[in-house]
Amino acid sequence: MSTPTPGTPASPKPAAEQAQPSALKALLRHRLVWPILALVLVLIVDAIISPGFFQIRIVQGRLFGNLIDILYRGMPPAMIALGMAVVISTKGIDLSVGSIIAVTGAVMAWRIHEGDSHYVILLTALCVGLACGLWNGFLVSVLEIQPIIATLILMVSGRGIGLMINLLYGGTNPSFTSPLLQGLSTGNLGLVPTRLVVGAVMIVLVWLLVRRTAFGLFLESVGGNAKSAWLSGVSSRLILLSAYLISGLMTAVAAIILTADTHTSDPVTSGLYSELDAILAVVIGGGSLAGGRIYLDGTIIGVLVIQALTTSILTSGLPPEYNLVVKAVVVLIVLLLQSANTRAAVVSLLARRKG
Amino acid sequence: MSAIIELSGISKQFPGVRALDNVEFSVEPGETHALMGENGAGKSTLIKVMTGALQPDGGTIRLAGKEIRPESPGAARAAGIGAVYQEVNLIPTMSVTKNLTLGRLPRKFGLIDWSAARAIAKAKLARLGVDIDVERPVGSYSVAIQQLIAIARALEDDARVLVLDEPTASLDANETERLFEIIRDLKARGLGIVFISHFIDQVYRISDRITVLRNGRRVAVGTVEEIPSLKLVSLMIGRELEHVEHQRPSTETVTSSKPILTAKSVGRRRLLEPFELDLRPGEVVGLAGLLGSGRTETAKLVFGAIRHDSGEIAIDGHPSSSHSPKSSLMAGITFCPEDRKSEGIVPELSVRENIILALQSKRGWLHLLSRKEQERLTAEMIAALNIATPDAEKPVGQLSGGNQQKVLLARSLVSNPRVLILDEPTRGIDVGAHAEIVTLIRQLAAKGMALLVASSELDELLTVSHRIEVMRDRRMVGEISGAEATREKIIQTIAAAS
Ligand SMILES: Nc1ncnc2c1ncn2[C@@H]1O[C@H](COP(=O)(O)OP(=O)(O)OP(=O)(O)O)[C@@H](O)[C@H]1O
Ligand SMILES: [Mg+2]
Repeated sequence: MSTPTPGTPASPKPAAEQAQPSALKALLRHRLVWPILALVLVLIVDAIISPGFFQIRIVQGRLFGNLIDILYRGMPPAMIALGMAVVISTKGIDLSVGSIIAVTGAVMAWRIHEGDSHYVILLTALCVGLACGLWNGFLVSVLEIQPIIATLILMVSGRGIGLMINLLYGGTNPSFTSPLLQGLSTGNLGLVPTRLVVGAVMIVLVWLLVRRTAFGLFLESVGGNAKSAWLSGVSSRLILLSAYLISGLMTAVAAIILTADTHTSDPVTSGLYSELDAILAVVIGGGSLAGGRIYLDGTIIGVLVIQALTTSILTSGLPPEYNLVVKAVVVLIVLLLQSANTRAAVVSLLARRKG
Repeated sequence: MSAIIELSGISKQFPGVRALDNVEFSVEPGETHALMGENGAGKSTLIKVMTGALQPDGGTIRLAGKEIRPESPGAARAAGIGAVYQEVNLIPTMSVTKNLTLGRLPRKFGLIDWSAARAIAKAKLARLGVDIDVERPVGSYSVAIQQLIAIARALEDDARVLVLDEPTASLDANETERLFEIIRDLKARGLGIVFISHFIDQVYRISDRITVLRNGRRVAVGTVEEIPSLKLVSLMIGRELEHVEHQRPSTETVTSSKPILTAKSVGRRRLLEPFELDLRPGEVVGLAGLLGSGRTETAKLVFGAIRHDSGEIAIDGHPSSSHSPKSSLMAGITFCPEDRKSEGIVPELSVRENIILALQSKRGWLHLLSRKEQERLTAEMIAALNIATPDAEKPVGQLSGGNQQKVLLARSLVSNPRVLILDEPTRGIDVGAHAEIVTLIRQLAAKGMALLVASSELDELLTVSHRIEVMRDRRMVGEISGAEATREKIIQTIAAAS
């Protein structure tokens, strides 16, 4: 099969390649342009407000600085957002991620209290995430309940379940210590915070799954036209189910990091609103809630935009109450820039300028 | 006579394609003007420009001598230009009334006046001589009725131009005749009609003038007398059409071989009466029948897209216990659905991704085809089927209708099937490509593939089939083989079965 085929028919060269769009226009059309621009903008504003924002120092054998801090705090949201990107590409949505964090955290604290080995607890936490994903996936793919409703069930009940787990051993918001788990969350490997290493590994794994197997193509075909994918032999149900499983698993990773960081199980507030940040990150990264495409790189940038914003509001000395409003404004601007209509308008405006 | 609508110097550029290049087009009152051209020639684009669905890069539009710039289809409709696009866009779950009055609902004391809305809907339909229950959802009516509803929706009371983009693609002969009656009537009232179709004979039956587009340029305009059909075809495709032999394939070679797929009294309650069917290597079996006779259902049932609840389907003599699209695909059976928009293409995915989808799912998720291999297969298919696209990475949703259809065929072919099930394989495909696909079907059969072809075009079936199964009222009512098959014979078989 590998013999070169000299007769390979030249695909008909389009007559229109003569009409080269200007390089600027092409650049403006690239899907990552706006999210990256937004990120750069936020960082520039930071640099102006607080000089030394970009400084990175080594304190006690570990990297410190605002940029590191953005990555550090952005790691758990990035995990959740990647799972969300997978689900959204199938035309779905997972509203339950915040509750999955609560349940996973509660189970972790409980098992630690019961004296399980901490390696076992690590596995248990991941399994809890998978079980939650299985539940969501079952409702969506087998019972064919609309994703927003299906995941709402766990969203609403999850925090209650977390509280009930806490009640199992009487404690309210029990706290714990675990060298293993806290090492993963707040420790460092050489100069680098351990959680960044964990995050990088997870990102690579998801990327391998999506881009180095046919899973990505199947996800996007199910999200783009489920009927057509099914007629082409794609097991739509299985693909949907795996999407929610992945979301559950990634959220469990975030939950381990977050719970170990606060070393307590607080089902009422842990991971609150994390679903919204995750959805926003996916959308800022170019994903559409109508499904059909998954952009892992865009999603990561989306997470960084949101996290950079939060960090800069904190360092700018603005009262934290402003956080949400500023965030909303910036997100609105990014989304406006992303909408096909405004983009077309901007592109044609620039083109006209150039004559 | 002065034109009712006149487009001049219209250009439209898409990334990588010059869809329209300085095109002139005009329609006179009381005239049916056919817009002809190959798949991707720019027909749909031209009418989208005319009706405000797309903004041109250059050129002017004059309506009754006055320059207009319709911003949207709604604005164009208000100005008197109504259009029914290639992909009908009614909302199937909504009632006929809502579909016909959406955006213009009559109000009384600030509330929607439903009885007035119903009256408006009824009146709009009455102008086309249609009398149906306007409370029922649009989706519950046949495609033909839906087509008429779409026309009713497009026509304002003072409409002056009506544009119809491939309105007859999914109509049978009677329904087409009914549509033509309506067109003649509208013409008599002084409307200018723009008619797009790949059925050459229909064009001559209904049109007064013809404009031919090729690669976005206008290559000819003239009355039907000035452009006879042979000339029209060569104008469209830019060369002479090779003559396709209308000789029927002979049956002897194939009847002896063992069938790949056998359906033994397979059926489904309330959908399809049990039927028998053998698909043998090298044989083309045609499925004939009127619209709604169960052709599509039969094709889907054989493929496993519809579960059967009686009988048995065997592949290579082994009963297939769980017959599904996936299991069919694994056994080397592929299917090209008729409804390319809802069951065929994945619009956001590229031409490449659409073409390799079935092959990739056959290989399984772990064995991703290398990018190079994907590109090679895609390039091969683009060349073999002559798919007009600037490159393999263009989203399929942006291709012209006929080229989307070719991508679907490519998806099936690239997985190298033993059995190929085609439902309306030439819907929306231009004359040149039509002939090519007919030739392709024969070649595939000659190479030993088994084919099942469902089609509403009898001539097409007669040219390719070794054997024709005739359907009526969701029942297989007769089999006509080889030499005996004629148009009349098929029609008789349909009529006789009652
Ligand atoms: N939205 C779009 N974006 C990019 N390219 C487009 C878009 N719409 C159409 N095109 C391109 O413009 C060209 C003309 O397409 P058009 O739909 O007008 O063809 P057509 O003559 O109607 O063909 P058919 O007979 O297949 O319906 C094609 O090459 C098509 O790929
Ligand atoms: Mg078209």
